Amino acid sequence: MSPDKNTKEMICIVCPVGCHLQVTTDGEEVKVTGNRCSRGEEYAREEMLSPKRVVTATCRLEDPQHPRLPVKTDAPLPFEQIEELLAEVYSLSVKPPVKVGQVLIEDFAATGVNLVSSRTIQTQ
Amino acid sequence: MRTEQIDALVIGGGAAGMSAAATISAADFSTALVEREDELGGVLLQCIHNGFGLHEFKEELTGPEYAERWVRKIEQSEVKTFCGTTVMEMNLLEDGRKECFGYSPQHGVIKFVTRTVVLTMGCRERNRGNVMIPGTRPAGVYTAGLAQRLVNMNGYIPGKEVVIVGSGDIGLIMARRMQWVGSKVHAVVEIQPYPSGLTRNISQCLNDFKIPLYLSHVVSKIYGKERVEAVDITPLKNGVPDHEQTFQIKCDTLLLSVGLIPENELSKQVGIELNPLTNGPTVDSMLMTSIEGVFSAGNVLHVHDLVDFVSAEARLAGENVIDYLKGVKPDRELPIKPGANIRYINPTRINPDVNSEIYMRPLVVSNNARLKIMVNGEVVKQQKKPHVQPSEMIKLKISPKFFKDVELTPDSRVEVTLQDEP
Repeated sequence: MSPDKNTKEMICIVCPVGCHLQVTTDGEEVKVTGNRCSRGEEYAREEMLSPKRVVTATCRLEDPQHPRLPVKTDAPLPFEQIEELLAEVYSLSVKPPVKVGQVLIEDFAATGVNLVSSRTIQTQ
Repeated sequence: MRTEQIDALVIGGGAAGMSAAATISAADFSTALVEREDELGGVLLQCIHNGFGLHEFKEELTGPEYAERWVRKIEQSEVKTFCGTTVMEMNLLEDGRKECFGYSPQHGVIKFVTRTVVLTMGCRERNRGNVMIPGTRPAGVYTAGLAQRLVNMNGYIPGKEVVIVGSGDIGLIMARRMQWVGSKVHAVVEIQPYPSGLTRNISQCLNDFKIPLYLSHVVSKIYGKERVEAVDITPLKNGVPDHEQTFQIKCDTLLLSVGLIPENELSKQVGIELNPLTNGPTVDSMLMTSIEGVFSAGNVLHVHDLVDFVSAEARLAGENVIDYLKGVKPDRELPIKPGANIRYINPTRINPDVNSEIYMRPLVVSNNARLKIMVNGEVVKQQKKPHVQPSEMIKLKISPKFFKDVELTPDSRVEVTLQDEP
């Protein structure tokens, strides 16, 4: 057994069945059991090697009717960079008009992930 | 007083109301949509997380994005929209039409005289009184949806040290949200032995933050004079609190995610029959309530777990309103009843001569279940269900083919049962 071999249990979040997966990693090699379909294997591999999440939050909006603007990342962001992104989102202040899908932070920390608006707000 | 003479009045401008109104208006019937808030969208506007729209738009959207798609449809339609307007009263006129009064700071009192009404008022949250948590009455006890609105729309953080009661999806989503605004969630406490939210939400909202989930536990006491200071948590042993095992968690905020109740004050006022199993109106195969010409769809009818299903059900209600306005009615209807392991079925009557879609909620968790549709006690159709749980609604398509080999009499009834096959 190599020193970086390690086993983990996780619940697959791809679909509502929620398979209980046992995942064994040995360096870059990932072995998955407990999955009922191939999507579970794919999920477990990504989850072990580089877990990612879509982040949704709100930032300040300079509009008395709507003090907060909902925002999201347009792709999943590596887990360890979420805190850093949130800090930047909370220091952001957007002036209307803003359109749904409008990029507010481009290519965050060179990840290729953008922060975009989840809502359209017209000027009053 | 302003008077609007219309074919259809849709009450509530959330997911259900926008879908119903857009459908009816597209068939060239004059339609008014009334919303008590200042903008359309309903609860979707505060649900900033993603996961909406996979069925309706084949992509994963946030709540505000999902709402905006529908708002565009309404804006491009002939629907007359009245925001900031509350309908407080409905009267039945002698000619079969309905007279409704809406009140609004902008328009004053508006009288709607309409041939049909669609009730799409949504639901509201169960609160501390509904689940009877003992203790003092300090500030800091919120329903999860109210906290969600405060954080996501008003920009207030309701507290720093949080305990959540109930593992419904809103509670789980709020656990992650509170973590992401810098608060600490110490525990989620669930009375049932299984989580009531989706498994994927347990994983991405609790496990990601190492938030403990206490199953078969209750919050047994709230402490604090001005503000919440701590809560007692007690495990259940054979369904009874085991007080010797009680432990305490210090916190300043308690969020309640303990279920939703269809909001039927208006329905009760006008005397619409309610179904005690769903707390929504009892509806026939056309989603028509006990009052002719009054239809219902979405969370006011029964609480759904996906907004996509709300939009679909309301579209169906809209199509039925169109049929009703054209004078099309089903030739016959059969009652459909929940059998073993099914909590409720909606609607309560079906038309055996057309394709229909019914929604039901199971009473059990199973990873290998069989759904049986029976007519006069005879099985006419079976379906395998690889996974069922009470928090996930089962949608079933019923086809006229199911009935081709059975004799239907006016006494025939349909029953659906669910069997766990180990």
